[in-house]
Amino acid sequence: MGLLSKKDAKLITDPLADNNPITIQVLGICSALAITAELKASIVMAVSVMAVLGIGNVVISLMRNIIPSKIRIIVQLVVVAALVIIVDQVLKAFAYELSKTLSVFVGLIITNCIIMGRFEAFALANKPWQSFLDGIGNAAGYGLILIIVGFFRELLGSGTLLGFKVLGDPIEKTGLYAIGYENNGFMLLSPMALIVVGIIIWIQRSRNKALIED
Amino acid sequence: MENRTDKNSYTIIFAVAMVLIVGSLLAFTASSLKPTITENQRIEKQQNILYAMGVNENDESSANFVSTDVAPELFEKYIQKQLVIENGKISENDEAYLIDVKKQQANEKAGQPRKLPLFIGEKDGQTFYIAPIRGKGLWDAIWAYISMDENMVVQGAFFDHAGETPGLGANIKQRFFMDDFIGEHLLNDAGNFAGIDVAKGNADPKNLDKTDNEVDAIAGATITGNGVAAMIKSDLKLYESYFKNLKNN
Repeated sequence: MGLLSKKDAKLITDPLADNNPITIQVLGICSALAITAELKASIVMAVSVMAVLGIGNVVISLMRNIIPSKIRIIVQLVVVAALVIIVDQVLKAFAYELSKTLSVFVGLIITNCIIMGRFEAFALANKPWQSFLDGIGNAAGYGLILIIVGFFRELLGSGTLLGFKVLGDPIEKTGLYAIGYENNGFMLLSPMALIVVGIIIWIQRSRNKALIED
Repeated sequence: MENRTDKNSYTIIFAVAMVLIVGSLLAFTASSLKPTITENQRIEKQQNILYAMGVNENDESSANFVSTDVAPELFEKYIQKQLVIENGKISENDEAYLIDVKKQQANEKAGQPRKLPLFIGEKDGQTFYIAPIRGKGLWDAIWAYISMDENMVVQGAFFDHAGETPGLGANIKQRFFMDDFIGEHLLNDAGNFAGIDVAKGNADPKNLDKTDNEVDAIAGATITGNGVAAMIKSDLKLYESYFKNLKNN
């Protein structure tokens, strides 16, 4: 028996593959399109969402018996917005550099449908520990897709990874560029993120027929 | 039986309590952290200004400020004078760098006089004139500190933004974009203010021609790039008469 029971472990592993929030539930697509032009931004976003979803799920789960059902969506929104703003303020005061990097993501985190989705579908009906695991798992599943998309978009669009010129210099014509390779500028635009996500969905469903709906 | 949490009275009390608790929590956080945040922003302005005049810790490819501990000291050392230009009148003010460009632009729109801050720095015998400018990108505000010599030739530039798209518009604060501005002329051949265009598909991607009044744009960031060109054109033009007077004296 490890640290987690089998059921608890499934809360983390399920959203990574067969119940992935982006490719199966098709949630959180907007931020997946907006910020995946660079690998670094994808990683930052994945970590931020993991923190917010993990803590938010616990807060909602602790409050699950006292939240009035008529206004539960508003309560969820207030919790996530307050959480994100407090974190942002604290970072601004004590980690100013980091907060500058993250500022762009704050709005995108609050409006991320995965967060509201997990609050509504899981945290409202489950205990804090399970909710925490569910939050981490779903954020990891989301982050995984973000990082895959970010990897291909940055590599094919700019010829770099995390800012390093892995394919050579396009202006000085070194590396791959010396033999006529060109960056695909289209990869940097949002529609290509959608197409990359589409390809991931295609691969995933062709490997696991159970995922295909009639 | 009706659930306790379904009652209207419960819902209303819950909502009121939630608003009060969350509201005071946010207000408390914001006001208790405000002094630290303001101090951070003050030092950041000094770092930005120093960056524009070449006092920075850049390595080969990334942009790095001088560290926050030494920024105030270096600011004191390198910035000789801080001027405020208002209606053509020039005065000195040691806190000119704290002038809020956004507020001054709003004043100008409302028909009130606009205060133009200008910082004069000296490094290795060379004089830098550094002006703060501000404009609009795709999503939110963009701003910059541009340092020039007395002929309005750009000596350094620092761009920043509030919320441009990561990987696209946000790249205006990357070295490859900012460094392109160094050496660019703001005046045209006839000596009149022309600004610097952020041009797509120009024939000079390596930016060897410094007198063409244009730099190469970032692919996928057309609107941010246009915003950069527009803010240079509108805000730096205001300093043109200062530089003209400088030459005549």
